[in-house]
Amino acid sequence: MAITENLDSRELIDPGPDRVIGPGHNYETVTDRISEIVYLPLKKTPKKWYVGAFIAFCFVNLLVLAMWVLFAEGVGIWGINIPIGWGFAIINFVWWIGIGHAGTLISAILFLLKQDWRTSINRFSEAMTLFAVACAGMFPILHLGRPWLAYWLFPYPNSMWLWPQPRSPLEWDVFAVSTYFTISLVFWYCGLIPDLASMRDNAPKLWQRKIYGILALGWRGSAIHWHRYQKAYLLLAGLSTPLVLSVHTVVSFDFAISILPGWHTTIFPPYFVAGAIYSGFAMVLTLIIPLRAWYNMRDLITLRHIEASAKVMLGTGLIVAYGYAMEAFFAWYSGDKYESFMYWNRITGPYGICWALLILCNIAIPQALWSRKVRHNIKLVWIISIIVNCGMWLERFEIVVTSLTRDFIPSSWGTYIPTKWDWATYLGTLGFFMFLIFLFVRLLPSISIFEVREVVHHEQHMERAYEEKL
Amino acid sequence: MSDQLVLSELPKIHGAMAEFDSPEELVEACKRAYEAGFRRMDAYAPMPVSGLAEALGFKKNRVALCVLIAGICGAAGGFGLLEWITCVAFPHNVGGRPFNSWPAYIPITFECTVLLAGLTALFSMLAMNGLPQPYHPVFNVERFERASIDKFFLCIESSDPQFRTPDVIDFLRDLGGKEVTIVPA
Repeated sequence: MAITENLDSRELIDPGPDRVIGPGHNYETVTDRISEIVYLPLKKTPKKWYVGAFIAFCFVNLLVLAMWVLFAEGVGIWGINIPIGWGFAIINFVWWIGIGHAGTLISAILFLLKQDWRTSINRFSEAMTLFAVACAGMFPILHLGRPWLAYWLFPYPNSMWLWPQPRSPLEWDVFAVSTYFTISLVFWYCGLIPDLASMRDNAPKLWQRKIYGILALGWRGSAIHWHRYQKAYLLLAGLSTPLVLSVHTVVSFDFAISILPGWHTTIFPPYFVAGAIYSGFAMVLTLIIPLRAWYNMRDLITLRHIEASAKVMLGTGLIVAYGYAMEAFFAWYSGDKYESFMYWNRITGPYGICWALLILCNIAIPQALWSRKVRHNIKLVWIISIIVNCGMWLERFEIVVTSLTRDFIPSSWGTYIPTKWDWATYLGTLGFFMFLIFLFVRLLPSISIFEVREVVHHEQHMERAYEEKL
Repeated sequence: MSDQLVLSELPKIHGAMAEFDSPEELVEACKRAYEAGFRRMDAYAPMPVSGLAEALGFKKNRVALCVLIAGICGAAGGFGLLEWITCVAFPHNVGGRPFNSWPAYIPITFECTVLLAGLTALFSMLAMNGLPQPYHPVFNVERFERASIDKFFLCIESSDPQFRTPDVIDFLRDLGGKEVTIVPA
């Protein structure tokens, strides 16, 4: 097996922007390439992995500390007040759940559209979705004040004979987010089953074989099993597609169904969904670019994947820009003085600097991606993706904070300043997310092996057809 | 004759297995085995191969039907639950709005539909495939671990009425199969 070879000593070529896989691969080499990352002995794991995982783990501890203090002291440790009841908790909830959306888009929507560049990055993006939704789900629960009573959100027969209010978008959120997490998990695991069987059969050690064997559920690759499997996978993709659109729509309803200026607008659902995919692709790029460099996967995650993701980012970014323009237009066109004041305050008020940065990060800088030279410059794409992540976070900040600080009457105006515990919780979830990502790439095949085999088969077919033509 | 004797002394046989190098060869072999009258057989591949299940005579894939039924149950259950909560269990007058304000129930109804249908897609697929299954005779074949890596296998099972040990091995060799072996049960 190729595991004993040193990963760094091999020369791996990025086949450029036209191909999804490097030259010279067959079924066996792709299996070895992807599984050897997991089977690499601890000593040969890249040092960067250890450093990154350690830093992320420190932030996980920060999260635990922040939660501990929160449970002991209550939400008063955060910067929220009356009237600004929604601070970092809701900002981060919306931001994280948006990041998750790109994973489902890649795995479900691009699957239905038969995009070949989806294959090498879908498993990784699905994992990203799961972890991002896990982070997102924490915030509303922590924000409850009495998080240990979170189960009251679900309709279950209780001794008080009280039921949740199903007309409220906040209750819709409970169903949307929990369904989203469950279905993402199912979809991810369904895709993993055949690969876990490969891991079982390729394992160098008996205990590894046992663990992956249990997880693979005894998958043996029977033709009839594959037939049902493909049907189930297709149906899951078909179900996830409207699901992912519904989740951020429901999240936007949390705002849009209220009557607050700046929130009560019909542009919110499509603009939130586009923003979600925008930030999600930014996060995919932020993560896969270092990953492919550290693990030398340039032949499997090629320039084609990066360029296509950058194009999706550019496209969804333009939809978001349209959303901003429409918000401004309606603030003026509605003739509503509260609405137009809110928008003017957003630009010139105390949080105006955030607005300026938001326009810079989300609209101005990403326009550089129109240029092919920029899209082919991987470092630049990586920097832009981080800028977009920041921009999208600022957007959520703007939406939540500016509307709440300037209500209808000046007597109910207020100021919101996040405290160190707000930052600690936010940075803590970032660390938690990164730590899970580090564990995932180390413990599970981060590229779908059987789907890459299909790509290899397709490529071989094409080559043969080409040779016959010659 | 002596061959026959030894084989009949084997305790139990699951079937006979042949190895192939490419999906095309496997599909071709399955088609020919089906034409030769074999019905109780299975093919194994490290990735989905189009037309392989059909070549084995597999027609009834009921996953979609299960998912449809589960989706309908999810929709009816979700909507019914909300109607029951707001009209029967806990009728609560909020600002004079009707108890049965059904348009507000659509988002949750949709989520329940997707939840039940999605879970059923995975679990009905696993159940009909008989998974999880801790033991299966095909794993007794040493080369079979390649079935999840790069090789393609056809296994004619001993429960097939046409299964006769020496003949079936010759038949698999004729199909172009390599490493033809008996699979102990």
